[in-house]
Amino acid sequence: MLQFLAFIKKEFYHIFRDRRTLLILFGMPVIQIILFGYAITNEIRNAEIAVLDQSNDYYSSRLVQKIGASGYFKITTALQSEKEITEAFRAGHIKVALVIPKNFGYNFYHNHKAPVQLITDASDPNSATTLLNYATAIVGNYQQEMSGQLKLPLTIDVHPRMQYNPALKGVFMFVPGVMTLILMLVSAMMTSITITREKETGTMEILLVSPLSPGMIIVGKVVPYIILSFINALVILSLGVFLFGMPVKGSLLLLLMECGLFVLTALSLGILISTITASQQAAMMISMVGLLMPTVLLSGFVFPLESMPLPLQMFANILPAKWFIIILKDVMLKGSGLLAVWKPTAVLLGMTVFFIALSVRNFKTRLS
Amino acid sequence: MDKAIVTDQLTRRFGDFIATDAITFSVDRGEIFGFLGANGAGKTTAMRMLCGLLKPSSGHAKVAGYDIATQTELVKKNIGYMSQKFSLYEDLTVKENIRFYGGIYGLSNQRIKEKTAQLLDKLQITKEANQLVSSLPLGWKQKLAFSIAILHDPSIVFLDEPTGGVDPVTRRQFWDLIYEAAHQNVTVFVTTHYMDEAEYCDRISMMVDGKIKALDTPRKLKEQFSAVSMNDVFLQLARQQTVSNQ
Repeated sequence: MLQFLAFIKKEFYHIFRDRRTLLILFGMPVIQIILFGYAITNEIRNAEIAVLDQSNDYYSSRLVQKIGASGYFKITTALQSEKEITEAFRAGHIKVALVIPKNFGYNFYHNHKAPVQLITDASDPNSATTLLNYATAIVGNYQQEMSGQLKLPLTIDVHPRMQYNPALKGVFMFVPGVMTLILMLVSAMMTSITITREKETGTMEILLVSPLSPGMIIVGKVVPYIILSFINALVILSLGVFLFGMPVKGSLLLLLMECGLFVLTALSLGILISTITASQQAAMMISMVGLLMPTVLLSGFVFPLESMPLPLQMFANILPAKWFIIILKDVMLKGSGLLAVWKPTAVLLGMTVFFIALSVRNFKTRLS
Repeated sequence: MDKAIVTDQLTRRFGDFIATDAITFSVDRGEIFGFLGANGAGKTTAMRMLCGLLKPSSGHAKVAGYDIATQTELVKKNIGYMSQKFSLYEDLTVKENIRFYGGIYGLSNQRIKEKTAQLLDKLQITKEANQLVSSLPLGWKQKLAFSIAILHDPSIVFLDEPTGGVDPVTRRQFWDLIYEAAHQNVTVFVTTHYMDEAEYCDRISMMVDGKIKALDTPRKLKEQFSAVSMNDVFLQLARQQTVSNQ
């Protein structure tokens, strides 16, 4: 036990004396969560909109007011003719143009039917679609308000409800994503690097010649990273909760235990990488390309899995990140208990056992 | 039990390749035993087996009285090891390195403290005790690495090309440390490239292609091959081998 403590103490010296390690460990999580939370977001606020109101009556100005007051749009330009629409888009400020034709109010009131046109700048298709959705929703809402006064004959009223994330906040998606990414990075990359470093400097041989067993050496190298990764998970969680208002509806204990499990999965992957590489550089490359890229792209963190081609969807199944994100979202947003997330939990557990078994096998063949 | 190391037909194969081919020799307690051979002659493989890092394919060996195949743990407790690369952590201070190695060999805190003071005093680096190892000159690091390798009072110490890249003066000082250890009845098993170092050993074995081709004291070897220096002996053995290969 004393031997083991001496080992862990040494490992902490390594970590705290290496600026690069410290930066990756503690700087990156905070920077990433703030970047993802604030800068990279799907939500659009105050998009500039131009209005060509050819009708200019009570109903049309009410509609324009409503759009302006929604918070999503800022009316910056009042256009006078259709020609000016193209010019306004060319000038590059506006994202959307709203065209209200002549006699809008009259048609709306008497014919119960009035067209409006929305033109969006689709050179950025994602935000164009998002803005179009916002605007359509506002127009629909307006129609309901107005027709409520008018007593229309039979209409179908749709009341959509966005379950679990009523405000459609991007942060609810990013916090679990960033947490997964950071834990993967810190746990897998840092452990694979720290173990290969011992190989590179030749100290691994000395350790193997010492009375410490190979298993104890690996556990000793990994324990500090378990502790630090777990602290990281707590930091990200609290940033998510206190800074971005991310809810934790499920049991906090379950959430922390799942975090612990994922840390173990990532660490065992890191150990596995270290058993197949000889240099720190190679370990870093494998972790970056083999782990980080798929985690960012294919875990459902940035791009929805459902819209991917089937082979990629199947590939995503072998990524621990995919399962962890499912668990995080279920527990934090839906308040699921262990019974609801037992499947992804079992997958993570299975992966961990598999990685460890494979590492032990690799390690043994290398020794004998 | 007077012998520190006894091997009997010790063999290690990697697939079809025989790295160490049925070597049999013994090393006395307190002896400085030079283990020589060209690169790829099988020295490192043999040494790794004796340290318990590799299992032999066939044959037996006892180190410090323990079987290397079945009593690996006991072997490890009783040997020290210093490799050609540094066995020290550059980002730890001198003291922290000593504490760490003392710690993993299970020395008590009290014992580590005593040993540290002794060692720093002997190497005259008490002033540098709290400096990072990376700031020390190469020769100092090697002496420190050797002292740490025998910190837990092993009965045998294995040195794998310990003086690579050091100037002759520092090498000579390093050998003073080796002699001192041998006087305290520590067996020294050393591999080296430098033929002048070979002359410092009590006995030498020369390995060629996995087999021990010659084994005796430096003086007798020189007589046997009627050579003036160990370098000559080595060259003659190497030439014999090239001829027999053709």
